[in-house]
Amino acid sequence: MVGAAAIGIVALLIGLGIELTSGSWLSIRTFGLSFVTGSTWNSVIDTYEVFPALVGTLTASAIALLLGVPVGLGVAIFLSERARGIRAGATALGSLVELLAAVPSVIYGLWGLIVLAPFMRDYIEPTLKSVLGIPGLFSGTPIGTDLFTAGVILAIMIIPTISAVSRDILNAVPNSQREAMYSLGATDWEVVRKAVLPYARSGIFGATILGLGRAVGETMAVTFVIGNNINLPHSLLSPGATLTTLIVNQFGNTFDPLSESALVEVGLVLFLLALVINILARLLVWRMTRSTRFRV
Amino acid sequence: MSIPTSLSGVQPKFETKGLKAGFGSTWVLNGIDLKIPPNRVTAVMGPSGCGKTTFVRCLNRLHELTPGAVVEGEALLDGEDIYDRRVDPVAVRRRIGMVFQKPNPFPTMSIYHNVVAGLTLNGERDKKKLDLAAENSLRGAYLWDEVKDKLRDSGASLSGGQQQRLCIARALAVEPEVILMDEPCSALDPTATAKIEELITQLKRDYTIIIVTHNLQQASRVADYTAFFYLGKLIEFDETAPLFENPKEELTERYITGKFG
Amino acid sequence: MKALILLSVAIAVIPLFFVTADVVVEGLPAISWAFFTKNPPSPLAGYGGILNGIEGSLLMVGMGTLIAVPLGVGAGIYFSEWPESRLSFLSSFTNDVLAEFPTIVIGLFVYALVVAPTRTFSAVAGAVALAIIMLPIIARTTEESLKIVPVTLREASMALGIPRWKTIFRVVISTGKSGLATGILLGIARATGETAPLIVTAGYLNFPPTGLFQQTGSVPYIIYNFGTAGYPNWTTVAWGAALVLVAFMLILNLSVKFFIGRRSTGIRAEI
Repeated sequence: MVGAAAIGIVALLIGLGIELTSGSWLSIRTFGLSFVTGSTWNSVIDTYEVFPALVGTLTASAIALLLGVPVGLGVAIFLSERARGIRAGATALGSLVELLAAVPSVIYGLWGLIVLAPFMRDYIEPTLKSVLGIPGLFSGTPIGTDLFTAGVILAIMIIPTISAVSRDILNAVPNSQREAMYSLGATDWEVVRKAVLPYARSGIFGATILGLGRAVGETMAVTFVIGNNINLPHSLLSPGATLTTLIVNQFGNTFDPLSESALVEVGLVLFLLALVINILARLLVWRMTRSTRFRV
Repeated sequence: MSIPTSLSGVQPKFETKGLKAGFGSTWVLNGIDLKIPPNRVTAVMGPSGCGKTTFVRCLNRLHELTPGAVVEGEALLDGEDIYDRRVDPVAVRRRIGMVFQKPNPFPTMSIYHNVVAGLTLNGERDKKKLDLAAENSLRGAYLWDEVKDKLRDSGASLSGGQQQRLCIARALAVEPEVILMDEPCSALDPTATAKIEELITQLKRDYTIIIVTHNLQQASRVADYTAFFYLGKLIEFDETAPLFENPKEELTERYITGKFG
Repeated sequence: MKALILLSVAIAVIPLFFVTADVVVEGLPAISWAFFTKNPPSPLAGYGGILNGIEGSLLMVGMGTLIAVPLGVGAGIYFSEWPESRLSFLSSFTNDVLAEFPTIVIGLFVYALVVAPTRTFSAVAGAVALAIIMLPIIARTTEESLKIVPVTLREASMALGIPRWKTIFRVVISTGKSGLATGILLGIARATGETAPLIVTAGYLNFPPTGLFQQTGSVPYIIYNFGTAGYPNWTTVAWGAALVLVAFMLILNLSVKFFIGRRSTGIRAEI
């Protein structure tokens, strides 16, 4: 009986795949490869192509990783290595960072739209534009609700994931490695840099991939701040879309089988992306912590 | 505590005065006064829980890295207290090498980089110097011939006995004055053990060696002097042969004759 | 180097501070007794309330819990008590993958499964989507808290001649029950905050639920709808709803911590 529940879970994932594939069959047959390589999403001419959204997903996620991984790793190092002496502060800090993970993404979205986006538009983006204003990077008028802000919000959201997983990874590094480094006359930071981090590298890479998975799948926080524009963005300051926001935004506009099927195909693309990323991440993290399941 | 007569005029390499150590409110070491002679092998022995490992980890200030660890008393290296507030523990650890119970080479580094890890840590970049140090240390650890053609292989690709000799080479490369060994052969087979014991007797020409062991035969094979610990106290300290054949303390005698583990 | 580490810690904590502060400051003006008993206002006409969302969320999360708990606890029991089986490994792995899945995709799945055939957005569809989202958390925490129960306890029970299934239900589960409760609370917390799947399954309604197979409102949807519209009073309603949501999450999380404090189940409280 409980075995049935276990079977049910596997059946669920398989069912998900089947349902998404069958739902998108019409769209797959109609558009083929141009679905992911073309840039036109226009219901008038019955053409649905998602390359701009793909670009949006990858760009926003890349920014999220660039900003979020160092911070998350820094917090993990602080909590697992340095805080060995400062017990009380560490647990409080750990709880605080975990609280970040508990905030629903729709609230991050609201805050992002009303507080962060204007801040980006008025202070951060003009500065970035003057320092790194290469066309394609930070060009165009800063409006706040754009790809870059989406990346920043995603970064904030993946910090707790990266930090929690990395902390487990770092704790799994055997103490004898640290002691060997200490006994050669290394300082605390040198021990971290030369003994702990190298040992933990595949696990930390896995944590990064997990963070990527979270960023790719995030919908609500992004849709508030990304500007929701289905054209190909020409810089980080352009409004854009991601695969997830595309679904949410176009959902009310699908009235015929083809457009519905196209939307489901976007879901299929996301499904495949998420599957690959997740499995890769689990394999990497599992290898380091040597347990058959791991927390996130 | 009487000093063996052979040491009466000798300046000890390491001297502890009233050394106490423990965790939280529990003391594991209860005031140790011990003089370690230079360029000799001194064995520290005793039943489980007697504090021998804690003692040795105090000598390179490794003990204090455990959360909750406490240390009191003095430990003088060449007459200067390593626990003085002005002393940097990192500097202390550079002068003292340590070999652990289970070999712990750095798995992400090659054999070569494992050996010179201590040198690169201190900023040494000169390839020639590093190569020379690597060869010398590996020769000194009786490992050179076995690994000279595979220096780029991972440190973890060697057998247990070879890994331990690699760790010894790694410790030698920084040219310490003292080498601490915490039951270095307990994870190794008899052949590997024999090689390392032979190595130890050679090393004492240039280094002061302190070895923790629970193996009475090993102590009698390699150690010049032996200190017997029991329940955190130093019971007896003498040259190895007299200590084994003619122990002055009853506890020592009971331990040696196997009356308790 | 230590400075960089401390800097990253500061950077991590700053957004949390600002988000919380802003939610409180911006949302407080909307809070009143009426906020919990009235439906949302028209544009530019005061703050009204979020009764429709509260009732809708309660309905859908409640139904979702009813669906997810038996399945999740069941699967968790299987993972913990039969860990050697191939099914256990496969299902457990799948469970972890499902836990991190984009929720919009799960919503699409339920859309195809429930909404399309029934030709309507519905509370049921929303509940099913939420159940799928809660399932992995409940299964995982159940497994973890049961694994902690010592083997000797199981052996003692079986040695007394008590059959395996009874051992599991009477002995193991009752020992691990605070862990189970934790998992369910965490699942509820996660489900309550979800928006994207509801957009494509339950839709929205400006009134309290009118039927299981009708469109239904929810608190997160209110935040989405009213937060993006642009009318100032609607924005405040969105902040107010956000405040209510955050307060609810806080209560849930604190309850979890309370359960964990009482008996160390060895599980970290996080969503």
